[in-house]
Amino acid sequence: MKTTLTVNGQLRHLDADPRTTLLDALRNHLNLTGSKKGCDHGQCGACTVIVNGRRINSCLSLACMHDSDEVVTIEGIGTPEHLSALQQAFVSHDGFQCGFCTPGQICSATAMLDEVEAGWPSHVSADVTAKQDLTVEEISERMSGNLCRCSAYPNIVDAIMDVAGSAKR
Amino acid sequence: MYSVNYHRANSVDDAAKMAEAGDAKFLSGGMTLIPAMKTRLAAPSDLIDLTHISELKGITISGRTVTIGAGTIHYDVATHTDLKALCPALCHLASHIGDPAVRHRGTIGGSVANNDPAADYPSALLAMGATIITNQREIAAEDFFTGLFETALEEGEIVTAVTFEVPEKSGYAKFPNPASRYAMTGVFVAKGKDGVRVAVTGAGDNGVFRSEPLETALATSFDAKALEGLSVPSDNLMGDLHASPEYRANLIVVMAKRAVLAANG
Ligand SMILES: Cc1cc2nc3c(=O)[nH]c(=O)nc-3n(C[C@H](O)[C@H](O)[C@H](O)COP(=O)(O)OP(=O)(O)OC[C@H]3O[C@@H](n4cnc5c(N)ncnc54)[C@H](O)[C@@H]3O)c2cc1C
Ligand code: FES
Ligand code: FES
Repeated sequence: MKTTLTVNGQLRHLDADPRTTLLDALRNHLNLTGSKKGCDHGQCGACTVIVNGRRINSCLSLACMHDSDEVVTIEGIGTPEHLSALQQAFVSHDGFQCGFCTPGQICSATAMLDEVEAGWPSHVSADVTAKQDLTVEEISERMSGNLCRCSAYPNIVDAIMDVAGSAKR
Repeated sequence: MYSVNYHRANSVDDAAKMAEAGDAKFLSGGMTLIPAMKTRLAAPSDLIDLTHISELKGITISGRTVTIGAGTIHYDVATHTDLKALCPALCHLASHIGDPAVRHRGTIGGSVANNDPAADYPSALLAMGATIITNQREIAAEDFFTGLFETALEEGEIVTAVTFEVPEKSGYAKFPNPASRYAMTGVFVAKGKDGVRVAVTGAGDNGVFRSEPLETALATSFDAKALEGLSVPSDNLMGDLHASPEYRANLIVVMAKRAVLAANG
């Protein structure tokens, strides 16, 4: 099945079995192994990528469903030489232990901060029309799809708060 | 996952024609169908992708009549400004489905067609007396949800929209499973021209159902106090590792009280 994706700004072509999930296409066909496979069932968020501006679980989508879509993965968010503000904050705040959930956490948090910027409310938001303050409760709800077996949650929240608090990311 | 052919449909007619071949299944958000195919609980020969059909997406409101296209994702229901002004209970319900990544892909059409006994939407549609519109006919919610993962849909029939009249008052409360967020018990209450209707999801061993004792109590007085001291039978309730039938019976009354409080604002 011929599929064309824009991945991290680059046109990528693949010819894979229709069963290939977006996650497997990224990891096994395009050699972008940053996105991780935790559960393969939509429950852990390790495979979170941003498609057409929205974070989704890449394990629950087929690559061919996304023909002509724009995909951003952890590799597109920053590089070891040029970390994004969130990547740097995860390092500074020790927002991980084993690091397996981290690419998903950072992709999810990157999209989440854009959602807040765009004024998308969450169900814990007291005032759904005002711009949100990122309280711990707000962050926990908005990041609820990303699990961390090492339970680095307090430091993940600190890292996100750090970046949310500064004007420029 | 077994081998499967993929087809992208551009219209409902297109999709209906594609479904005539083999043992086809429609693919919406894929939040249930793809995991089911991975575990081989589902093994269609052909997948008909509905996610690129624009006529299936969007919410239209005319007076108090709301119509939601089957392909509308939970996120769009949760955040629709006009819908929130008219029927906040449904936006509240949608905002509590799974997590953000699930809400960005999962659709109302997929949810009703799947009729998971712990899904949220079926309770709202049953309580509000909604109509499920397909490419062939219109089906009342009462007749649509027929059992565990069972609906009135025929082979190859496509849900295109759901439509309902917004009740005078409505509210939803669920006790979520802390891991999946599916309802361990969810109660939707609606007070409208047909009186008070109370629908329960996540608890019945045959899927979503209306609770007569709660409807009777609330018909007298649409107030959480009217449910004080009331208990409902635990017969025909689900028992699993999360909760016993007796615990769910208790949750039904507790969630109903909260739903009425929410409905009364
Ligand atoms: C981690 C996780 C947590 C979740 N939590 C919740 C929750 O808290 N509450 C809740 O209610 N749900 C929950 N869900 C379910 C999810 O929100 C979706 O509603 C559900 O998976 C089905 O919608 P879908 O669009 O993904 O359908 P799909 O998975 O694409 O399809 C489901 C079934 O419906 C059929 N179908 C799809 N569209 C149509 C159509 N238009 N006409 C006819 N048949 C059709 C398919 O053939 C398939 O059999 C959760 C899912 C996940 C993965
Ligand atoms: S691997 Fe996709 S959610 Fe766990
Ligand atoms: S750092 Fe190990 S799973 Fe999160």
